[in-house]
Amino acid sequence: MAKAKTKSNAEDYLRMYRQMVRIRTFEDNANQLYLSAKMPGLTHMYSGEEAVAVGICEALTDSDRITSTHRGHGHCVAKGAEFKEMFCELLGKEEGYCRGKGGSMHIADQSHGNLGANAIVGGSMGIATGSALRAKLQGADDVTVCFFGDGATAQGLMYEVMNMAALWKLPVIYACENNGYSEYTKTEEIAAGSITARAEAFGIEAHKVDGQDVLAVNELAQKLVARARKGEGPFFIELMTYRYHGHHVGDINRAYYRSKDEERDWKDNRDPIVRFRSYLVQEGLASEEEIEAMNAEIEQDATEAVAYAEAARYPDVSEVDMHVYAD
Amino acid sequence: MREITLSQAVNEAIAEEMRRDDTVFLLGEDVAEAGTPFKVLSGLVEEFGTDRVIDTPISEPGFVGMAVGAAMTGARPIVDLMFGDFIYLVMDQLCNQAAKQHYMSGGKLTVPMVLRTNMGATRRSAAQHSQSLQALVAHIPGLKVAMPSSAYEAKGLMKTAIRDNNPVVIFEDKLMYQDKAPVPEEEYLIPFGVANVLREGTDITLIATSSMVQVCEKAAAMLAQEGISAEVIDPRTIVPLDEDTLLASARKTSRVIVVDEGHQSYGITGEIASRINEKAFYHLDAPVLRMGAMDVPVPFSPALEDITVPTPEGVVEYARKLMSGEMIHAA
Ligand SMILES: Cc1ncc(C[n+]2csc(CCOP(=O)(O)OP(=O)(O)O)c2C)c(N)n1
Ligand SMILES: [Mg+2]
Repeated sequence: MAKAKTKSNAEDYLRMYRQMVRIRTFEDNANQLYLSAKMPGLTHMYSGEEAVAVGICEALTDSDRITSTHRGHGHCVAKGAEFKEMFCELLGKEEGYCRGKGGSMHIADQSHGNLGANAIVGGSMGIATGSALRAKLQGADDVTVCFFGDGATAQGLMYEVMNMAALWKLPVIYACENNGYSEYTKTEEIAAGSITARAEAFGIEAHKVDGQDVLAVNELAQKLVARARKGEGPFFIELMTYRYHGHHVGDINRAYYRSKDEERDWKDNRDPIVRFRSYLVQEGLASEEEIEAMNAEIEQDATEAVAYAEAARYPDVSEVDMHVYAD
Repeated sequence: MREITLSQAVNEAIAEEMRRDDTVFLLGEDVAEAGTPFKVLSGLVEEFGTDRVIDTPISEPGFVGMAVGAAMTGARPIVDLMFGDFIYLVMDQLCNQAAKQHYMSGGKLTVPMVLRTNMGATRRSAAQHSQSLQALVAHIPGLKVAMPSSAYEAKGLMKTAIRDNNPVVIFEDKLMYQDKAPVPEEEYLIPFGVANVLREGTDITLIATSSMVQVCEKAAAMLAQEGISAEVIDPRTIVPLDEDTLLASARKTSRVIVVDEGHQSYGITGEIASRINEKAFYHLDAPVLRMGAMDVPVPFSPALEDITVPTPEGVVEYARKLMSGEMIHAA
């Protein structure tokens, strides 16, 4: 665990812990909705990767922007979204963030600067870089973080936009969540050479960090965000992490592409929430009781949001051809 | 006759052709051990090895372009594009490169490749995983387009596609992978450009592609209850199109509805309808009607998604209107 400078950030730390637990709890409930056949379609769980989204988003403000991926619930929660609107969206209800039109893979929350999840791998790289171009043209000091997976580094678009971002010194941070797999294939089978070297080839400063250590991620993100605000960007971060569930909720039998031992090792020995929890207790920032109370409160919050979403209304059929074109 | 699923039929077709011709190979994301997310290609890597069943990175323009190059130099690649929606990513390689090599080289180069992908909504997969984009590629001269409507069709059309000397795009309906149909054990091929008349009728012709064939068969059965005799025709391939069979039916019944799951505007239905208007006008008793998916991105919510695609009830309603003369706008 990266060391805290002072204990004066107790509040920040507790918020980071809370946000990680909120993501895990959201995903557990979403998975349950899938298993009980209450959720339409499939969804991709972020469980295991919480420290990545939280460590980075805690370094951002609401006017900073992010782009997200098909595995996007974690980014959405970390950037400040509410459970109710999120569960409503997952169930295709009118009160969802996208009025039920987007679902899990397109969830977005503009009020907190989340430009949206994306069902096209790598599909948001242009959007994130364009958002950074906008900030520069506007003379604003907003930073945009582009989240994407290791698999997405195979998309040519990434190289086109990194080149332009570097040429024009754009305030964008490319955050590669390397969870070791793209779908059912190991990263080393689909990515030649080094991932950070891809960015370095364009003269982009690149870092590799333990994505299961929220303090390490946050500390690096704070520094890079501050520098990006001053026009020192772009930056690239490779975050080493792991997804606990299958590629999507329906990917149950995984033995043919990764072992149970490997899964157990990540869960038992490197869980970002367990690690941070014991750190908080050891450092005297929170007691076990306080943490249990926080967990219970989040669980309660999720249960209520799920019940609310289940009872919520579907959009009226008249909405089907609304929003195709803007007025 | 034994029954197998559409997924097994595609698998068999590819395996048979790979056994027959060692220049045939497969290329795509998670096609090997995983056998694709829909498990259509399971078992092929075990038989043919990783030299002929190749897992790629998520680099669609890259591996489609490589298939074009391999095809130009003597191989017969089958590219697996996981979702039809990803066609947008590979448009240059498919439409500028694959489609035009034969023509631009004055007939000297050929691109015998198959791009197999899928189509179809109502899987709750939202706007970027549910589109039916056959019209986009059918628009480009040089590409052939096949749209199997059952396991039987899928096998026969796939085998023909692999042996064709042109780039062929096959759209499978992703909701039909588990649907079973009788498929003979013996080898057969289904030629391109020969439509299949699934049901004969005298009052109205329903021309339907892929997923819409089942919809129209159901509609025809419902219409029969009302004493309306509907003919159902599956063109099987959009390019080439069996105009003769479609026109003959139009001349016989005088009324036609064309149903396809692509967006209705500027689509397959419009093309077929206008050919019938141009070539069978004298025989028609009513305008040829188009039924496609609503002109909206596919919404996620089940409450909205289900109303964006043609249904048997919708086809029946249109057919009734045609029969009653309601669609003749004589204002
Ligand atoms: C352009 C494109 N190709 C393929 C897919 C299918 N697909 C969805 S997620 C995925 C794997 C992505 O891997 P990675 O980027 O590492 O993200 P992870 O799922 O591991 O978070 C693939 C191949 C897609 N959605 N978009
Ligand atoms: Mg990955």
